[in-house]
Parts: sequence; C-alpha cells; structure tokens
Amino acid sequence: MSGPQSAGNAKIAVSDLSVTFTQGRRPVRAVKGVSFSVKPLESFGLVGESGSGKSTVLRAICGLAPVSGGEIRIDGAAMAEPRDKAFARRVQMVFQDPYGSLHPRHTIDRVLSEPLAIHRFSDREDRIVQALKDVGLDARFRFRLPHQLSGGQRQRVAIARALIVEPEILLLDEPTSALDASIQAEVLNLLTRLREERNLTFVMVSHDLAVIDHMCERLLVMRGGEAVEALERSALADHAVSSDYTRTLLTASEGYVR
Amino acid sequence: MTDEPLLEVENLRVRFETSRGVTEAVRGVSFQVGRERVGIVGESGSGKSMTGRSILRLIRPPGVATADRLMFSGIDLQALSERRMRAMRGRRIAMVMQDPKYSLNPVMRIGSQLVEALKVHERISKSKARERALQMLADVQIRDPERVLSAYPHELSGGMGQRVMIAMMLIPSPDLLIADEPTSALDVTVQLEVLRILDGLVKDRGMGLIFISHDLRLVSTFCDRVLVMYLGKIVEEIDASRLQDAEHPYTRGLLECLPAIGGSHEPLKVLKRDEAWA
Repeated sequence: MSGPQSAGNAKIAVSDLSVTFTQGRRPVRAVKGVSFSVKPLESFGLVGESGSGKSTVLRAICGLAPVSGGEIRIDGAAMAEPRDKAFARRVQMVFQDPYGSLHPRHTIDRVLSEPLAIHRFSDREDRIVQALKDVGLDARFRFRLPHQLSGGQRQRVAIARALIVEPEILLLDEPTSALDASIQAEVLNLLTRLREERNLTFVMVSHDLAVIDHMCERLLVMRGGEAVEALERSALADHAVSSDYTRTLLTASEGYVR
Repeated sequence: MTDEPLLEVENLRVRFETSRGVTEAVRGVSFQVGRERVGIVGESGSGKSMTGRSILRLIRPPGVATADRLMFSGIDLQALSERRMRAMRGRRIAMVMQDPKYSLNPVMRIGSQLVEALKVHERISKSKARERALQMLADVQIRDPERVLSAYPHELSGGMGQRVMIAMMLIPSPDLLIADEPTSALDVTVQLEVLRILDGLVKDRGMGLIFISHDLRLVSTFCDRVLVMYLGKIVEEIDASRLQDAEHPYTRGLLECLPAIGGSHEPLKVLKRDEAWA
C-alpha cells in the first residue's frame, strides 16, 4: 500500500479516507482508511464485490458521500466543500445504470446542452453535434428520448454528457456492467480511444477483474470498506498477488471449476 | 446425453402481433434436453429468455408461442389444459429468474413463503412444513436457516435471496429446472457457490437444467452443451468443452469480445453481426 502520498505529482491523492453513513442511530463505516494515488493520464481501477466500498470512494471524490476522515486532493489541492462549478468542469462521472442516469423526459439534445449552459460554453450547437460524433452516435439520435435508445447507446450518451465540458478526470462507476458482453467491448474501446484523444485520467470501478485488467494500469482491491492490496496490472496476469482474497477473485473470474 | 430426452422442442416460434406489425422473437428453434446441463447463450433480444418461458407456456398475449413438438417426458405440453399445465409448472418443471428481489414477496417472511410453496404441492402439517423448510435452506447451504426463515427478503443479500429462490423451486423435486440468468445479479464468488449448488442437484437428483445466460465464458465452464442463439435462431450447438473450436463467426465473436486477465490490452474485438446468419 502506498501511504500518505508522494502527493507532488499525483493527479488524485486519496489518503486515509473514511466514509461513515448513519443508518438509524447506527453508524455504518463504508470506507475505512483507504489510501491510493493516481498519476496524471493514468487509468486506475478499484475492484471488489458489493459492499466493498469501491463506489463510495468514487462518490466521495465527487463530494457525494459523507467523508468522516482523511483527505482527497486533486493536483495537490484540497477541494471546495461542497464541490463547486470549477470542480465539475474538471471531474465528471459516468454512472452504472444507463437507464437511471438519463432524465426520461429530456431529449438527448437537452441532456447534452444543459452542462454547456451551466458552464457557459459558446458554440453549443457545434459541440453537441461533435459530442455525438465522438461517442459514435448518429446525428439522428439527437432529438430522441432515452427510452428510444438501447442500453449501449444510452451509456454513450452518458459518456458524451460527461466529456462535453472537457474534463481532465473521468470517474467511471461500473460503466459496462449493465450491458451485454458484445456492447461492453464497444463501450470499453470507446473509453480507451477517448482517453488517448483527450488526455484523460480515469478512475474506474468494477466488480469484473478482467475489465479492470483490460482498462487500468494499476488497481486497488477492496473488501468490506478496506483496501486489500494495490497491484500493477502485470501482477494479475502472473498471478503474483499476495492476499488470499485477490486470489479467490482471480480464480472466480476464470469461471466455474467442476 | 443419457437415454431418452427429458424435453424435446421442435420448430418453436414466438411471435408478437402488435399494432405496429409482427415481431418474431423466436424463429424455429429445435433442441433436446436430457438429464444434463444445457446452456442457452445470446445477447439481449436473441430470444433466449422467450425460449425458456415458452417451455412453461408463460408467453403472455399479444405473444403467441407455437411448436411442431413440445414434449416433456412423454407429455405433450401444448395439449395440456391450463389447469393441468399449472400443475406441471413448479412440480415437474421449475424456473428460477434473474433477480430474487423481484421474485420474492417483499412483505412476507421467507419462512411463510417457503411453507406456502410446500402446501401448494402437498398436504403437510405446519410444524412438518417448518421442519422441511429448514432442511431445504440447509440444502442450499444457508448457514443460519433459523434466521433466514424469520427474515424478510430485503434483509437478505442477493446471494442469499437467490438461494432461497432455488430452495423454493426445488421443493417438489422437479425433473427440469429452467434458470434464466440465475447468477447475473450476484458477486463472482457468490455466483460460483450458487452454481455449485445447481451442479450438485443435477448430479444427485438427476435433474435436467437449462441455463440461460449472456455470459458465454461462464456457461462454457459450467454446462455440458451450449446452444448459441442469434435473432431468434440457434446458430450453433456445441459441446461446452469444444467451445474454443467453435466455427460460427457469431460464437467466435461472443468469445473474443470478452476482455481476459493477462490479455493483450489491444482494443477488444467488436462483435460483427450478419442478419443472414439467422
């Protein structure tokens, strides 16, 4: 584990992060002292099963979870509480469920023009046309409603909406787990291409080790709110992992053994 | 495959006639299932779930299912009255759906639901039913059956809920279990435990299993035989152990679009589709 960071050149530095929710009177510690750092232009993965706290870490970065301890820095600077408009310009998130993350009664055009209006972009018309093109959607989708789109197409819209304000960091919360394997491949390829073209830094959350291995150079395995171990991608291929839990996950992702 | 097939399906078709025209979800599917594990794999919209549902005659209007032959251990399922079909469902052929959250009654304790299911199928006293329910939960490897019995569905994890569903489906010892994406909503490690339970049932009880899934890799490690569906047709039928030698470009495409640990990190192959295949 990398401790309190050599924060100098880290794009995102999370140190000793704790998140505590209150359920009734009982506090639930969803994240317990997790630290990691993401270098500029790197793609970093958070992997674990349900309840591991991986999505909560992502939400904490966005200011969407009650942080009870530790620190999150971007480019070495602490962030405004609550997060301000400047933050949203730099950091955008893509959520898991493409069915729930788009307003059902807003056309794709409206979905894409809202962030442009909020951040006072000029030449909005051109930007919307370009954004659709960038994510591989035909221009005829522009005035459709979400229910007229397939899951993969909706996730492309969600990606377009995140990228239209030209952020530096993209936080991806299980962006393909609601999609068919074949559509997943298309969306992952799209994300890889956009990362290169736009010089993005990724933090990607997934329960699927194979997806994380494909997309991320480094990763952190989480379980029950704690960091289990941090790994280079090559360690997965070589099965050079130190914790039993990671080994269990590795075996499980190879399928059923009779 | 052992002796005579448990289920024979010939030229199964499912059509939906709506005001906007006719859609064929399943277009002439034929297969047989013995006391074995058969996987049905395909993308969403390939007709795999519709195939599973039409065996139980669960296609709702405006959907219409027809087949030249739909035989289950010597019984013509299409000729059965609705009443006799209802007796067939659950007792001889059972089905497990994807998400236990929507299959269990949210305002009834697990125990009452299991006892209710038991009472539908046999005359049994309350205390006997409770005893059986505990045993059933133990059979699907629930460690604390007493607690689960008095719990409401929302108090259980996804894996637990799915085990309860499987336990409930197995009450009358069905000959054939149709599992529609039974593990897709579960964590990988839990997924394997549920599969191990299903595997045990096929082996110990000699049950037939139809395992419907979009996950070709999982299906290939778990099932004996795989039917690959595309646009309502079976494009390839192959022994799971020989899946790596699959010939059909669609099957190959489904295999190759999956990222693999230690893979090349090149862009993933994108599935090419050709309507001429179907």
